Parts: sequence; C-alpha cells; structure tokens
Amino acid sequence: MIVKTLSSLGHAIIDSIWRLGVASSFIAKVLTRSSIVLRRPQLLVDEIHFAGVLSMVIIVVSGLFVGLVLGLQGYETLKRYGSTGAVGTLVALSLVRELGPVVSALLFASRAGSAITAEIGIMKTTEQLSAMEMMAVDPHARVISPMFWGGFISMPLLAAIFSAFGILGGYLITVVVIGVDGGAFWSQMQASVDFYHDILNGVIKSVVFGFAVSSIAVFEGYSAVPTAEGVSRAVTRTVVTSALAVLALDFVLTAFMFTGGV
Amino acid sequence: MLKPSDVIKLTKVKFSYASGAIFDDLSVGFPRGKVTAVMGGSGSGKTTILKLIGGQIKPNSGDVSYGGESINQFSYDQLFRFRRKLGMLFQFGALFTDLNVFDNVAFPLREQSSLPEVAIRDLVLLKLHTVGLRGASKLMPSELSGGMARRVALARAIALDPEVMLYDEPFTGLDPISTAITGDLIRRLNNALGITSIFVTHDIKASFKVADEVVLLSRGQVTARGTPQELIASQDPFVRQFVGGEVDGPVPFHVVSESIAKDLGIPVSHWLKK
Repeated sequence: MIVKTLSSLGHAIIDSIWRLGVASSFIAKVLTRSSIVLRRPQLLVDEIHFAGVLSMVIIVVSGLFVGLVLGLQGYETLKRYGSTGAVGTLVALSLVRELGPVVSALLFASRAGSAITAEIGIMKTTEQLSAMEMMAVDPHARVISPMFWGGFISMPLLAAIFSAFGILGGYLITVVVIGVDGGAFWSQMQASVDFYHDILNGVIKSVVFGFAVSSIAVFEGYSAVPTAEGVSRAVTRTVVTSALAVLALDFVLTAFMFTGGV
Repeated sequence: MLKPSDVIKLTKVKFSYASGAIFDDLSVGFPRGKVTAVMGGSGSGKTTILKLIGGQIKPNSGDVSYGGESINQFSYDQLFRFRRKLGMLFQFGALFTDLNVFDNVAFPLREQSSLPEVAIRDLVLLKLHTVGLRGASKLMPSELSGGMARRVALARAIALDPEVMLYDEPFTGLDPISTAITGDLIRRLNNALGITSIFVTHDIKASFKVADEVVLLSRGQVTARGTPQELIASQDPFVRQFVGGEVDGPVPFHVVSESIAKDLGIPVSHWLKK
C-alpha cells in the first residue's frame, strides 16, 4: 500500500516536471517564431482586441466595485483614528501594489485565458491547425504567437485600468457620497504613493502575471486532447493553474519588492 | 508493391502509435498523375499513410519519399517547402470558422504568395467556380452543408495548384448527390491539373467509380492492389469479403480476446463435465 502510494506520488511528480519541460520548450518555440507580430501588426491588434478590449467590461466593473468596497472599509477603520483623509492613500496603495495586478490577472485568466485556450483547443479538435500545417503555414507563428503577445500586452494595461477605476470607486464612495475632503484624499495619495516603489513594482507584477497567464492559456489550448471533453478540461486547467500561478508568483514578487530585503 | 513509375513511395515503413503498431513492414507506391484509392477496415492505417506522406508524423523506421527525396529526412524548412506542393482535404473540411468562404480559399494565397489583392480575388473566385460555389463566397462555414464545406475545403486545397492531392475520407457523411459531386470533382481536378491524387475511404461504390487504382490494406499490409475491375473480379477471400461487404470471411467478427469462460469467471472443470 505504502509502496503503491509512493509510486503514484513519484509518477505524479515526474509527470508534472515532464509537463513543465514540454510547456517551456513550447513557449520557447512560440517566442522564437514571434517575428510575425512585427511583420504583420494587424494580427497582434486583432488579438489585443480579443484578449484585452473584450475583457474591459469585467475589468472596469470589478475595479469600480473593489474600489467602492475598499473606500467603505477603509473609511470605517480610519474613522476610529480620526484620519479619514488617509483613505485615498489606503485605496491607492492597496490597488497599485496588490489588488490591481492580482485581481485583474485572476479576471484576465477567467475571461481571456479561458477564451484563448478554448479557441486553440477547438482549432486543434476540428483539424484547423493541421490544415494550416499542411498549407505550409506554421500555426506556432500564425496563430499561437499573436495570441500570446496579445494577452501579454493586454494584461498590464488591464491592471492599470483596474487600479484607475478602483481609485475612482474609492473617490466616489468616500468623497462624493460620505463627504471626506477631496483635497485630502488626492493630496495624501499623491504624497504617499511612490512612482518607482509602488506603481512600477505593480506594473512589473502585472507583466509577470501577463506572461504566466498567456503562456498557460496557449499551452493548455495547444496540448488539449482533441475532443469536446479534452477542450473543456484544458479550459478548466487554464483557469485553475493560472490562479495558483498568479497567487504563488505574487507572494514571491511581494517578498522581493516590499520587504526591504528581509 | 513498388513500381518504378511511383512518385510517392513508402519503403519498409514501420510505424506505431502509443496504442499499438500500425505498420510493421509496409511498402507501397503511388503513380504520378493517377487517382489511387487506399481502402481498408477501420484502424488499418489508411489515414496514417496520408499523415506520413504529409510529414505530420515520421516512421519509426523505413522511408517515405516524393520524387526520390526522403520526406522523413526533411528539415523544418524543407518540409514546409515540400508542403507547398501538397493539397490536403480533411475529413470534415477543417475550414477556419472565423473566416468566410472567400477568406478561407484566399488564406493559402495570402500566406504563401505576394500576389496583389485583385489577383487573389480573381483566383479565389475561379477556384470557387471550379467547385460550383462562387455564389457562396460570402457565407460563413457555419452556414454551409457538409458537402458544401467539403467543396470549399477542396477549393482551398487547390488554391496553390498542388502537384499532389491527399483526400482523407472525402465521402464520409455525405448524401448520395454530394458524394457523386465530390467524386466527380476529384476525377476532373486530376484530369485537368495532372496531379497525383490519393484518397482514403470506405466507400466502395464512389471510390471504384473515381479511382484508377485501388490499394487494399489489412493488418498494416497491402493485401491487394489493382484496378477496380481487377478487384471486383478477384477471388481472394479478403478482397471478396471487403468488396462484397460480407459478414463471413477472413476478417473475424470478434476482436482477439480471452476465452469467454475466463471472462465470465466460469471454471474450466464446469466445461469439462459438460
């Protein structure tokens, strides 16, 4: 029994490492065939529209609500200490450092990542990728690469939009509705949020998440078992693996960026 | 089963999938400018032959060649250059679902040539005219019937005037009229363009009408080869069973398995008593 358990554990570990190797070589292949996005920018524009523009609604609405909640919670807590003017700082720092990149990456994985996986998976199932290969057109370059770069470029932009709408939500609830002083809200935020330490680190996080989610989405789509069930499993794996990868990477990046080297 | 006139040759090919061996020692050739039908039961490796010729898979050993050049030895760039000479019709068309009929047929021309859009437009309309679907150029693939989708895919496959056409189950799922139209198109295209055509199918009636030669596969080997008339006249038990669609013959009804007594858990002594 113990031997069997250890054996299946070993199998699972070897399988995971093997899959990671296959995924890495796949992404390397996609990156080396990326010159097409420079030669034919329209392909990239189409994919930015697919992954980025079509994700705008969920990003804007979620950002606004997260900002509203942060403003409310922050105001209620800071009121006890008589420092409600600092609510702008709290909302902005929470968003640009953490919630902006992380929540938008999770939403991006659910909205755009799943769509990318499904599209590539269905193209594989219906032999569209094979047909392309037989027409001497490399699907890694023609299909996968623009999708990867479209997702990679869209993600930091969506995170910025998320944070901007979050701050707007915080402003609406605290300044417009509750009546916190608008000058204090903006000036304290301006004084405390550092461009390099806070905003740039947030942007770096969103770039890393963009790379991770886009890589997972295209790989899962391409390696999907070419059946209806296989594609549905691949889509689920994209969302689950992306979410776990984003949260794990966030911890690692936060440890490096915001702990002062401790 | 190889002749000097064969332009495509599979020599002593050994190939297996993870699920099991397909070919152990297959040698078969396809003559230039002819229509050859590859037939055989399910799992006999018909589609695998097309994939080997297209370079989508490589044999474990042996050689697959076109015009004396070994396809399985091609580098990535050589393989893609070779594929420009190939056209392939997939079983269900494999049309790009986000492009309309016109853009599907224009796809290989836009990707592989530097022709101006005006010339591409004329070429696409001519190819669609050949398959009788010029009037459907603005439709999306989801608006086409199975037969129409197959014809659009055919127009796309011949867009670059290939030297070799490969057809994977071109008649599957088609009504009798669409089957006749597709068969007629395969024949007419071959005559008009002088290409080498290979198609795999189960459809005896349609393929015997179209093919110059028929290759019959069984258990990874070429069991019979000849013109449709020769196969119809053949006395070989396998050919008779396959062509006649008979239940009884050398192809067994049961898949190889353990004895039924063992599978049902009945002890051998019980049978001995009886």
